[in-house]
Amino acid sequence: MTTEILMPALSPTMEEGTLAKWLVKEGDTVSAGDILAEIETDKATMEFEAVDEGTISRILVSEGSEGIKVNSPIAILADDGENISDLEVSDIPNEKQTLADTKNSKPKVETSTIESISEPEWTDATKVSQKTVREALRDAMAEEMRRDEKVFLMGEEVAEYQGAYKVSQGLLEEFGSKRVIDTPITEHGFAGIATGASFAGLRPIVEFMTFNFAMQAIDQIVNSAAKTLYMSGGQMGAPMVFRGPNGAAARVGAQHSQDYTSWYAHIPGLKVAVPYSASDAKGLLKSAIRDDNPVIFLENEILYGRSFDMPDIEDYIVPFGKARIWRIGTDVTIISFGIGMQYALKAAEELAAQGIEAEVLDLRTIRPIDYEKIIQSVSKTNRCITVEEGFPVASIGNHLSAYIMEHAFDYLDAPIINCTGKDVPMPYAANLEKLALVTTEEVVSAAKKVCYR
Amino acid sequence: MGSRKGSKKTNVNAQELLSFYKDMLLIRRFEEKAGQLYGMGLIGGFCHLYIGQEAVVVGLEASAEDGDKRITSYRDHGHMLACGMDPNGVMAELTGRAGGYSKGKGGSMHMFSKEKNFFGGHGIVGAQVPLGAGLAFADKYLENNRVTFTYFGDGAANQGQVYETFNMASLWKLPVIFVIENNQYAMGTSQLRSTSTPDIYTRGAGFDIPGEAVDGMDVLSVKSAGDKAVKHCRDGKGPYILEIKTYRYRGHSMSDPAKYRTREEVQKMREERDAIENIRSILLTGKHASEEDLKSIDKEIKKIVNESAEFAKASPEPKLDELYTDIYA
Ligand SMILES: Cc1ncc(C[n+]2csc(CCOP(=O)(O)OP(=O)(O)O)c2C)c(N)n1
Ligand SMILES: [Mg+2]
Repeated sequence: MTTEILMPALSPTMEEGTLAKWLVKEGDTVSAGDILAEIETDKATMEFEAVDEGTISRILVSEGSEGIKVNSPIAILADDGENISDLEVSDIPNEKQTLADTKNSKPKVETSTIESISEPEWTDATKVSQKTVREALRDAMAEEMRRDEKVFLMGEEVAEYQGAYKVSQGLLEEFGSKRVIDTPITEHGFAGIATGASFAGLRPIVEFMTFNFAMQAIDQIVNSAAKTLYMSGGQMGAPMVFRGPNGAAARVGAQHSQDYTSWYAHIPGLKVAVPYSASDAKGLLKSAIRDDNPVIFLENEILYGRSFDMPDIEDYIVPFGKARIWRIGTDVTIISFGIGMQYALKAAEELAAQGIEAEVLDLRTIRPIDYEKIIQSVSKTNRCITVEEGFPVASIGNHLSAYIMEHAFDYLDAPIINCTGKDVPMPYAANLEKLALVTTEEVVSAAKKVCYR
Repeated sequence: MGSRKGSKKTNVNAQELLSFYKDMLLIRRFEEKAGQLYGMGLIGGFCHLYIGQEAVVVGLEASAEDGDKRITSYRDHGHMLACGMDPNGVMAELTGRAGGYSKGKGGSMHMFSKEKNFFGGHGIVGAQVPLGAGLAFADKYLENNRVTFTYFGDGAANQGQVYETFNMASLWKLPVIFVIENNQYAMGTSQLRSTSTPDIYTRGAGFDIPGEAVDGMDVLSVKSAGDKAVKHCRDGKGPYILEIKTYRYRGHSMSDPAKYRTREEVQKMREERDAIENIRSILLTGKHASEEDLKSIDKEIKKIVNESAEFAKASPEPKLDELYTDIYA
């Protein structure tokens, strides 16, 4: 009997990968647990182990092949004692075919096609290159660490492992272990230590492996970092950044999939940034590191691998409290932030096809909020919906609705609709998970509803 | 590895040896299958395999009595199989199907069984430690002479709530066994890089909790240490710490660059210390079982595991209205 060895899915979000290296060759016998190959995903190079014993009778995908789809055959394993010549021809997928297939499916880089609007520093002449959000964040930290000796990074697996999500890749090498510090799994403790260090004048960046684990540390964040400036009558505060991935990843269940934007937005003394694009990730993180207040910097695992235009501007800074208009429209204002933007932008395209021109605002920071741009836009379109992945009760959308009602009531032609995640813990099952998140269809239908279409 | 004391003194008969072998092999084959299904995309998200650590939970379950409780982290498949949960239900939860222990809503890290006194399956490192002491608090309150096995990792052993719990458990003489599964790594961080005093069991001393290191690659050592700890708890003397030195062969979860240790280190452990191979050779050299006997056990286990995979593939996805059930009692 022969078994096809298939390209494995090595992470929750992997769809294809590169076969970096074979560690076995045809004819080798292997047993369960032996390392067969090194496979590269967007996150890391990983070792791929045999799950069965047998002889590698055929290698179907050569070293260095890129864009190999998960679940496509990469080798054939024969039961021990079997000879390759015993195999029926039909057992062996056509090698040429397989290679050709993988060629066609080059790793696609998701690129946002919508041009940025009203970014004062960008002109038509500004050169841009493609950068992932992951690279942008890394570059922001590196630039600020070069600029200011007092900036350091601390967190779980940030140094030797190069970051659980590879955001801090290369930083240990450049800045050494004094400034890029691996911590034990003790969030409450190291968040407190970093806060204390900031009282004494350092500028810590604390990475939480994910913001789910920052709940262990939230007392230090809220009670110590956020309130000390006030309690000390302005004598001392916490110039620091708490950053890491926030919100739902993929299939990781209830305890690992929560959006904390509205939790932190609730706290006076904190600033809260939630970037969507790579350039905003970079420009906002640089602002956050220079800010004299504690900043909660909410990233998103799903966005890390996405590429966006990055302006070729030295020391690129995005100020807090300035929304970015991604799309100008006249019929309805869609307000979102972070990963919510992907639904907002997709919905705007679909709406345009149906004759509804949406204006799409990316808040970028939730504390401070660019109320001015919100009111301007709503005064023009007279209709508004909001989009976020978090829970519906006490959501950012709820807050925006209340603000707009108070300040632009006379301009509104319809009640504001908040599109949010559902009011349930995140389920693991694939079909339920899809329903639990906000969807583009929901955004489209909310927009049509406020337009009475 | 930790002390081997007690190993020789354990009175185990051939029957018990065989059942250790079977139980450990079931976990290993089950986990290999889970790894396979993950690679095929049938299991998603995080999936932490227990391969290499089988002797820990199998040895301790042999010390447990009916009604004793257990609670652990996300690396939980082995614990569930060892306490008698149905492999079909566990595998179907891994594939997120209605036939799973949590109807597909929990996933790999979050499974529970009231019937088997298995209290999860927890994703937040260290959180299960006070929860486990709370189970023991209830047992003491209800005066039912039960014991709780609270499992956590070497990485988790640094969380502050562990020490808050040690203090209260000792103060209130709670019948809880703190089982530290020291597999030497917390993701990519070796224990030596994260822990100021590497012998974690000694940390109980400050709270007046006795503890010991145990060779976790030897199921007999684990069993005898378990017996001792259980007796301590049932005698009303309060908590006990077992730091069980073990090793995980696979990556932390499915995505693990594995750059923090050498291939040789893993290979050496598997070749020289494997708990299943150990028992296998004891069974054969002691003539407690023949090659044929073991082969038929292997076959039987393969069948159970294959069936669980078939069940997990065939079980339907949860009904859509399950999204809104079980949020409030
Ligand atoms: C509070 C918290 N911080 C971080 C994580 C991410 N994380 C999951 S497992 C893990 C390593 C835990 O290692 P250990 O306690 O030794 O257990 P093992 O995985 O080795 O069984 C980390 C850092 C988490 N789940 N919860
Ligand atoms: Mg560990």
